[in-house]
Amino acid sequence: MSQTRREMLLDPLVDNNPITLQVLGICSALAVTSSLKVALVMTIAVTLVTAFSSMFISVLRNQIPSSIRIIVQMVIIASLVILVDQVLKAYAFEISKTLSVFVGLIITNCIVMGRAEAFAMKNPPVASFIDGIGNGLGYGLILMLVGFVRELFGSGSLFGVTILETVNNGGWYVPNGMLLLPPSAFFIIGLLIWAFRTWKPDQVEEREHKIQVVEAH
Amino acid sequence: MEALLSLAVKAIFVENLALSFFLGMCTFIAVSKKISTAIGLGISVMIVQAITVPANNLILTYLLAPGALAWAGFPDVDLTFLGLISYIGVIAALVQILEMVLDKYFPPLYNALGIFLPLITVNCAILGGSLFMVERDYGFAEAVTYGLSSGFGWALAITAMAGVREKLKYSDIPDGLQGLGITFITAGLMALAFMSFSGVKL
Repeated sequence: MSQTRREMLLDPLVDNNPITLQVLGICSALAVTSSLKVALVMTIAVTLVTAFSSMFISVLRNQIPSSIRIIVQMVIIASLVILVDQVLKAYAFEISKTLSVFVGLIITNCIVMGRAEAFAMKNPPVASFIDGIGNGLGYGLILMLVGFVRELFGSGSLFGVTILETVNNGGWYVPNGMLLLPPSAFFIIGLLIWAFRTWKPDQVEEREHKIQVVEAH
Repeated sequence: MEALLSLAVKAIFVENLALSFFLGMCTFIAVSKKISTAIGLGISVMIVQAITVPANNLILTYLLAPGALAWAGFPDVDLTFLGLISYIGVIAALVQILEMVLDKYFPPLYNALGIFLPLITVNCAILGGSLFMVERDYGFAEAVTYGLSSGFGWALAITAMAGVREKLKYSDIPDGLQGLGITFITAGLMALAFMSFSGVKL
């Protein structure tokens, strides 16, 4: 085992973040971040599904024939997502309505599949479980950051509690409506990636073309 | 007919799967570096989407919906909770069959699209299309239209994105924004442009 468990848990948060570096699971990251509450529920759901699916797949890893492994992984993940979906429908119906199809889409969230394929198929159950939690949290970190910006500046509140009193309610803050619209999530994630990579320059991608200054004749 | 046409326009432009619901983003970002590959992937998504959405619609109507099993003698059974696992199973199986059929009968097409087909099983746009079909209670005709046009919308978006990125690689971008960062911002601008279609009705 090359990594300690602590590293396994903390590494995906910044150094090897699933969204900003591995480009996994962006779909839902963008769609469910217009309010923090929804983003939090989504984070918990994805973390649980990733952790438990990695654990189960790792338990079965020596029994799964490699030719049908994708289907087996899919079935395990889909069963866990059905559990999450049913629990949400039973205990948090409002949130389950807001999340609509995105709960179901955890199945095709590349983070879950990616970790199952890249880590759980080669490592023992406990390590896979921790790796799943770490990656779920790394995903959640970005989700919460984006949700924070979008809810605070888009509707002047956090977790539904008013922070900046908006003009409509007799306050002073004019909310930025664009932040509630889908495209703003692209900009915020783009800028977040910029911030992360300025902080950790080794994550910067190679240029395909270099721009050279040519002396004028 | 008019309702179907309006549904198609809505699915292609106003509610574009990639740019307003962010579905299939992983492949959208990863495979949009060259126009030719983007077109190949776009066409594959369109074909798979046009087959899977109606197929899942039939499965929902005749197997899973409450009371759907009445023909088999179980009028009280409600299997909707099995929805997710059935849809993803159908998608995985259909993609596999499509791959085999293409390999056997249309080898040139298989060589062009073959590498993308396995990617499509885990493309959220495909599962998302089926889930939207369920959520909005589409009938069979609507499901066919929706599948075809939402797939077309996705193909349109990824082709446009690849066009922008092919030009973009010659520009002077700040180091941290290189690659992934600028791609996100470009996608954001494209999504804004697509939003101007909202409100278009036939």
